[in-house]
Amino acid sequence: MSTVTKHVVVAGGGVAGMEAAGALAELGHRVTLIEKEQKPGGHLKQWHALFPDRRPADDVRKYLSRRIDNRNIKLFTGISVEKVRKQGHDLHIELSDGSALTADAAIIATGFDLFDARRKEEYGYGIYDNVITSAGLEDMFNAGRITTADGRTPSRIGLVHCVGSRDEKVDNNHCSKVCCVTAVKQAIEVRQKLPSCEVFCFYMDMRMYGPYYEELYRESQEVHNVNYIRGKVSEASVNINNRLVVKVEDTLAGRPLRMELDMLVLMVGMEMSQAGTRLAEASALGRGINRFLETGDHHYGNNLGHVKGLFYAGTCTAPMNITDTISHARAAVTETVRYLTTR
Amino acid sequence: MSSDLFVIPFNIGLYFILVYSVVRSTIWFRQLSRSDKLRLQRGFFGMPFMQSLKEIFMESLLHRKIFMRNPVLGYMHMSLAFGWFLLIVFGTIEADFFGEKHLNPPSHAIFFRYFNPDHGAAGLPKVFGFWMDLLLAFILSGLLLAMIKRFIPGLMGMKKTTKHTWTDRIALLSLWMIFPARLLAESLTSGAHGSGSFLTGNLGAQLASFLPVAELAPWFWWLYSLSLGTFFILLPVSRYFHIPVELLLIFMRNSGIRTGDKPSSLTEVQTHACSSCGVCISICQMSYAAGINDIQSAYFVKGLRNGKDIAAITANCLMCGRCEEVCPVGIELGPMRMIERRQGEREFKPMRFIDGYGLNGKKAPVEKDPTQSYGYLVRNEPVKADVIFFAGCMTHLTPSVIIAMKKIMDSAGVRYHFMDENGGVCCGRPLMLAGRDREARELINYNSDIIWRSGAGILVTSCPICYKIFNESYYLDTRVMHHSEFINHLIEEGSLRLGYLHRKVVYHDPCELGRGSGIYDEPREVISYVADLQPATQEGSMSLCCGGSLGNLTLSSGKRALIAADAAKILTSSAPDELITACPLCKKTLGQATETKVADIAELVAAALPGPKGRARVRTKKTLVRVHDNG
Amino acid sequence: MNGSAGNKFGFTVNRSRLIDYDASDRLVRDYVTLREPSFRLCFACGGCTATCTAGQHAPFNLRRMNTFIRRGEIEPLREEVTRCMLCGKCLLVCPRGVNTRNVVSLAAEAIKKLDRNEL
Repeated sequence: MSTVTKHVVVAGGGVAGMEAAGALAELGHRVTLIEKEQKPGGHLKQWHALFPDRRPADDVRKYLSRRIDNRNIKLFTGISVEKVRKQGHDLHIELSDGSALTADAAIIATGFDLFDARRKEEYGYGIYDNVITSAGLEDMFNAGRITTADGRTPSRIGLVHCVGSRDEKVDNNHCSKVCCVTAVKQAIEVRQKLPSCEVFCFYMDMRMYGPYYEELYRESQEVHNVNYIRGKVSEASVNINNRLVVKVEDTLAGRPLRMELDMLVLMVGMEMSQAGTRLAEASALGRGINRFLETGDHHYGNNLGHVKGLFYAGTCTAPMNITDTISHARAAVTETVRYLTTR
Repeated sequence: MSSDLFVIPFNIGLYFILVYSVVRSTIWFRQLSRSDKLRLQRGFFGMPFMQSLKEIFMESLLHRKIFMRNPVLGYMHMSLAFGWFLLIVFGTIEADFFGEKHLNPPSHAIFFRYFNPDHGAAGLPKVFGFWMDLLLAFILSGLLLAMIKRFIPGLMGMKKTTKHTWTDRIALLSLWMIFPARLLAESLTSGAHGSGSFLTGNLGAQLASFLPVAELAPWFWWLYSLSLGTFFILLPVSRYFHIPVELLLIFMRNSGIRTGDKPSSLTEVQTHACSSCGVCISICQMSYAAGINDIQSAYFVKGLRNGKDIAAITANCLMCGRCEEVCPVGIELGPMRMIERRQGEREFKPMRFIDGYGLNGKKAPVEKDPTQSYGYLVRNEPVKADVIFFAGCMTHLTPSVIIAMKKIMDSAGVRYHFMDENGGVCCGRPLMLAGRDREARELINYNSDIIWRSGAGILVTSCPICYKIFNESYYLDTRVMHHSEFINHLIEEGSLRLGYLHRKVVYHDPCELGRGSGIYDEPREVISYVADLQPATQEGSMSLCCGGSLGNLTLSSGKRALIAADAAKILTSSAPDELITACPLCKKTLGQATETKVADIAELVAAALPGPKGRARVRTKKTLVRVHDNG
Repeated sequence: MNGSAGNKFGFTVNRSRLIDYDASDRLVRDYVTLREPSFRLCFACGGCTATCTAGQHAPFNLRRMNTFIRRGEIEPLREEVTRCMLCGKCLLVCPRGVNTRNVVSLAAEAIKKLDRNEL
């Protein structure tokens, strides 16, 4: 193991960035962690509880805060990385405030943006008061109150899967992976908090790919009585009583179905972040057809780009859950250290 | 006189084409409907005649429209057409004035130099000789450009040019041979006799210095005559038949004859009037944005003319109407394609050469086998209303538009019935665009019944596709208005109070509303009343198609996205705050293709409604500002 | 003919209950797929059927129709396919970019041809 201290810049202070910075600092490297928002934590800041076990998101937030509580880490917030360029053996890193850094290596962990649900106008987000996104529902969980816009307790809530995912109409053919299980988790939470409220999940396929996800799905039916309707919602409207009405085909019954709802929750998918896109374009980093960063090899090089000394961590490469993001960030650190010691 | 034998090919060709033209025109005339015959007769003996003459001069000879679009291409066409015309006119005058006698046969004018080799030594004949040489030089310069265009189209600013059939090739070759052959024949004769003006005289003298010009000359007179004769004989089966047919088309059009919905003499005339100039190819978004280069109107018309199976070409068109706007010959390309779409499946026999001369122009329409039927539709109890609002199928996928319209109508105190609030029946236009008129008629009848029984005075729709068919194919006692017209009407009558939004916006004309229905001004008036309307690079009659058109049944979603991306890029090039359109389909399609906010005109107006707090500047009555489209 | 192979066991296999993939042909599928390759892209989300204008007035299920055509089951579609109004709403909804209007158009044509033994 090299004892020489190196300087590594980590772009993005979400789950991947914090884990990567912490792991590098632990190994004795000097880390500059750059977060575009005022506080680190990324999307996790907004989340109330996590699947599959519905533990408080705070647990993971605290773990990550401890992780970056290291004197080797310098945290800059309110600044973003705009460009990375190779300069001899080093990397020249330009920041949004006009300053620049020189580093021995860098990790890009710019993460994802949630799909802007306004782009699916037919679902009525931003048009009808009671159409919200999965992130909006987490806000309600955090606030401890699940109510309609006029303050009533909803008696029926619908969750729409695949909003902005698996949809060529918004140029996203990819699956965001986590929305299905998020829907199941949120459905259970609603049922727990509002036992009299019916919950319907409108899904195309249930993609329960992680450990204990399928069990969670089963629990949602067995214990929490969540209803599942297989069909993509085509559009939402409001009726004369100002209640939402969704149109969907119950594909298992083979007939169109119309349903009144008090609240519609759109399970918004993951897209390459705008900040990451800017960085990738300025630095000429390759991106895949899903617009996420393209990695060197799908199987054994998915932390690598094509710039030596520059590594990728987390959802800037593809949608993934927190568990996989942390693993991916650790793998990026391994790749970084290998690079720093062998170059 | 035996040396005059060379005029025979020319004479055969000339008399053949004259007789052929008369016979074919007569057949076309006889096949016209009774009313169209009357129209044409009236057209020949009235004002339209002068109009036609003027148009023939401006378009068929000067090629003004092509000139304005592409000056080099225009010059090429003008030098060949106008130059040749002048050469014939002045050649005839020359022969008449200076020939042995008056009223010569045409060959004496065409081969004047051969018959009068010493002519033009001095005085007026000399001036005349100079003029004739100048005309020949003029034509030859155009010919040079034509050759360049054929082999390097890019140099002429042409992206695409149509492919030739073999008869076209021979006809083209003979056409190209005509003027160089004349140049050489005249020069050689002039060289032998020491006559000729600056072109033929000088060239002749040069040639005479090292060639036996007197012996060579007859060969080139033969070549000249053969070229002309071949060209005339092949004319009816080549693309160059457009030259005489266009004249007929101009007369027909100015007499008020229109394409209609069935094959007729006019459609036949139009297929032959196309010069395959390729302007429709260059302008087509399917070509330059989506890389599809075999379905444009020039190919469609050519396939029609050559009796090919063009079902795939016919279906694969956005029906945006841009090509019709730019067609220098003024062929009604949209209606022509619609006629083909209505045709059922036919057998296509390969055409023989001789079939090209076929005189049985009018083909009986083949009835399309109906596949759809709507007997299941149940008549509902009518709802009485003064104003009916029909959002349209697509508008249900853009709920912002519906909400905006509700707000606007409520604010103006309009009492309306929302006809398709809980899902209506399609207007029938999409079926019609697919060539299924008979099925469309069922839906038209169903909807008409509802509208009639409502007793409404105004029918407002948010969808230009519905608007067009309500206007054109529904028999109603109701004023049909697109919502942009209706909003304009509400503003003008003073029932809508609106503020001013400090937003820079660009307006996109939907195809079915603009070119399709001629509604250009009302949306612009409304927009400039509530916001800062900026001009778009291509608008009015030359506005772009968003790519979402229901007019195309076969275009893939990927190709549509390419067209949308290109259109959105052009429309947002001035970086407006919002891109405004007036069609749910345009809104959806363009919205997916740009980061700029795309909104319907109704949404813009709804945003200008006084809020609960009230706005600083609310105007009630509008002063009319006419905004002209730049098409 | 009605699938009575199992009669001696005291029960019958009702042919209409079974998709006998080997007994049916897929001429309509091939006709449609050849002319509209996007037909293959359907992942049966049902968005088209949910939004369908005609489907609000009578049974018309494009999603199910796609599956039936793929399986060679034409009989149930013969009447259903005629109900589409070609309005194109499904085209705007389809997350797979299936050219739905052309699929219906071609399917209707193909079924007519099938009945005339022209496929």
